[in-house]
Amino acid sequence: MQQQVDATGFAMWLFLLTEIMFFGGMFTAYLIYRNWYYPAFVAASHQLNIFWGSLNTLILISSSFTMAMGVWSAQMRKQGALVLCLILTFILGLAFLGIKTIEYKEKFEKHHVPGAHYSLQSFLNPDSDQEAREAHDKPLPLDMARHTEIYFSLYFAMTGMHALHMIIGICILGFMIVRARQGAYTGGHVSFVEYFGLYWHFVDIVWIFLFPLLYLISRHQ
Amino acid sequence: MSEHNVQHDSHAPKDHDDALEGHIVSPIIYLIIFGALLVGTALTIGASYVEMGPWNPIVAIAIAVVKATLVVLFFMHVKYSPKLTKLTVGAGVFTFLILIFMTLSDYISRAWGRW
Amino acid sequence: MSSATIISLPDQSTARIPKTNFITKENGLLSWLLTGDHKRIAILYLISITFFFAIGGSLAGLIRLELLTPQSDLMATDTYNKVFTMHGIIMIFLFLVPSVPATLGNFLIPIMIGAKDLALPKINLLSWYLYMAGGIMILYTMMTGGVDTGWTFTTPLSTHYVNTNVLSTGLAIFVAGFSSIFTGLNFIVTIHKMRAPGMTWFRLPLFVWSNYAASILMVLGTPVLAIAIVLVALERTIGIGVFDPTKGGDPILFQHLFWFYSHPAVYIMILPGMGVISEVISTFARKRVFGYTAVAFSSVAIAVFGFFVWEHHMFIMGVSNYSTLVFSLLTMLVAVPSAIKIFNWSFTLYKGSITFETPMLYAFGFMGLFTIGGLTGVFLGTTGMDIHLTETYFIVAHFHFVMVGGMLMAFLAGIHFWWPKITGRMYPEKISQLAAVVTFIGFNLTFFPQFILGTLGMPRRYASYPEEFQILNVFSTAGATVLGVGYLLPILYLTWSLKYGEIAGSNPWQATGLEWQIQSPPLTENFAEIPIVDHDAYDYEWLEKMELAKKQHEGQEVSSVG
Repeated sequence: MQQQVDATGFAMWLFLLTEIMFFGGMFTAYLIYRNWYYPAFVAASHQLNIFWGSLNTLILISSSFTMAMGVWSAQMRKQGALVLCLILTFILGLAFLGIKTIEYKEKFEKHHVPGAHYSLQSFLNPDSDQEAREAHDKPLPLDMARHTEIYFSLYFAMTGMHALHMIIGICILGFMIVRARQGAYTGGHVSFVEYFGLYWHFVDIVWIFLFPLLYLISRHQ
Repeated sequence: MSEHNVQHDSHAPKDHDDALEGHIVSPIIYLIIFGALLVGTALTIGASYVEMGPWNPIVAIAIAVVKATLVVLFFMHVKYSPKLTKLTVGAGVFTFLILIFMTLSDYISRAWGRW
Repeated sequence: MSSATIISLPDQSTARIPKTNFITKENGLLSWLLTGDHKRIAILYLISITFFFAIGGSLAGLIRLELLTPQSDLMATDTYNKVFTMHGIIMIFLFLVPSVPATLGNFLIPIMIGAKDLALPKINLLSWYLYMAGGIMILYTMMTGGVDTGWTFTTPLSTHYVNTNVLSTGLAIFVAGFSSIFTGLNFIVTIHKMRAPGMTWFRLPLFVWSNYAASILMVLGTPVLAIAIVLVALERTIGIGVFDPTKGGDPILFQHLFWFYSHPAVYIMILPGMGVISEVISTFARKRVFGYTAVAFSSVAIAVFGFFVWEHHMFIMGVSNYSTLVFSLLTMLVAVPSAIKIFNWSFTLYKGSITFETPMLYAFGFMGLFTIGGLTGVFLGTTGMDIHLTETYFIVAHFHFVMVGGMLMAFLAGIHFWWPKITGRMYPEKISQLAAVVTFIGFNLTFFPQFILGTLGMPRRYASYPEEFQILNVFSTAGATVLGVGYLLPILYLTWSLKYGEIAGSNPWQATGLEWQIQSPPLTENFAEIPIVDHDAYDYEWLEKMELAKKQHEGQEVSSVG
């Protein structure tokens, strides 16, 4: 029953450990500031669109499913199925990034990007802001409103880093699709697909945590 | 712990390098896990609309942990992996938790009681 | 009981460097720059590490020159800040962290476990290129004005109040960090997956155990430094102010993330050195290391506990008192495995047949100086003491005792010990023993006064100081000059030995260990055939039996030497 993990697989797992610790630093920061500035985090999170966030979550989970099916296809030496699964994963990944772009653009337009142009308007005066109105937000005191910038700092840092990992993954997927069509992975050598799958699932797991922590802090009135 | 190539009758030794050969997870399992993940997502969205006081973040994290565990065990094949893999994942999770909880130990105890 | 003693000189009449070895295998610069051979990569590292050590050492010389006089008269205070910052960064990230693992570890670990190479040779080469990239970026930083935040990059100084090259330095350390991660990753995979038949975990040389423990730290700790650097960079560039107090951020959070790596980093630095000491002490006392299992497990214990103590670098920074209690207690605990090692090495020496070749001299130096450095660490772990002693020269003395008196001595011990194996030639014994003694004297003269200075209250990172501290500072600078000579000598005579050193033969020390059973320098593939291991580490009886069998096989008379 006990198979040996081969060296490259073990190396990929060790690399994923470094990724856990890398994101871990940001999760630590998030946990601290969420507890310090809860009202600010609630108000700021209401600025995120649950529809887009949920859709992105569904997209990523589906892409994990298609990726797992891709690995299965490679193991069963079904080249057509493998290419299809990889292409689906690729498209889902692009869709995720597309939605992220929409969200980022909206943040940019509303001046919720940390830095020189950050605006506290939505939080000092919620009636002026559509999302805040819909969430029935009360105005925040000035100092707590300032802390919303911390929320957005973490939002951009965490989702940005996540998106960067998605982009790298999608590029490798592109390469893999080309190779898969040449039959590279359906002749018995599935390792590359499998280990890339590990990476892709890991990126999915990061989002599984990001979604409730960033989007779902408190949606109850 | 010396290494030997596991010999199979149906494959020449050098013909494959599938580390999990013999443990090909059935697509049915993947489908079930996929379904479970979708249910979990729906649950966590729904739970955020329900007022549960201090339990809200706990429920959210708990659901996320369950979803992540499913991905790790089944999509990433850890359930079917050798002990070394499980140990490695455990070591990573352990160190991650140390980072979070020991850093939090400072922040929680700064305004002791006024957290 | 072993009757074999060290053969001091190989029989010169028949001694030859083997014609086929990893150095002669291929010629040309590209064959070195594109190599996958762990031994060649180790040598590439050795050359580059020595280069950066020389730069870091020169910066140290500048520091000590400035501190000869109480006024800041050699350089402006801003420049002084840059000098000690660059000294710290170069010495830690470009010298100490890679020193033993990337040179001796890379060279020896595959051989010690009976493998032909590391598990991932291309990643190994990538590690070196990442190291060089980081190093070149540091050089760039130095040439464009340096950075003056101290190697600790404390926020908000580094995020808001300096105009120096924080970004390029951060990027350099980020890249060099990946070099470290990949080396550690490679070692872990190799040690798990590529041991020869019969080489069980508890037959491994302790050098392998130590590097394994250090590798775990490299893989798990370095990424947290990476994210800390990234967040500082984001704050400096686009205003993502996670550490910015004006937005409600906590600058101390940076320190938590920074020290979460940087404390395990000191164990990354010292553990491989401790591995060297185990090998050297066993060989030159002709005795199995006392309490092998305890020493092996203590390496892993140091690695694990090393993750639990980082806040002791932050006792005065504004963390909660309750957390200082917890971390102070844990700091006491982490001293225990290190102490276990010192005890076990001492017991190894007891009733051993001790000889005083150069590696052994360095090892003795290590044991004494590391003990002092380690004990002063316990002083510092006590919160009450730390409030008085932190940010003074006591801390500077403490970490130089463990890192220079400890780690650097261990590195030199290892270089001398395995020099015959790597190059096929012996270093000149007399001058190297002299250099070791000079180094020891110079070191103590440099850094012991700093303990006193710290207790008296002289702060660190200051270019000027009160008049009454001058005499001790003069001693310290004098010592630094002696120390410099002590470090220059090996560079000179080791280079000399490449051409003129005595031919070493495969086992000049009559040591156990697989690396001594192969030729010097080794073949590219290390072993003509993969060995099957049937004996424990440090098994001198096995060695004797083998030598006996060899001599009988060659039809020679057995004579016991000495």
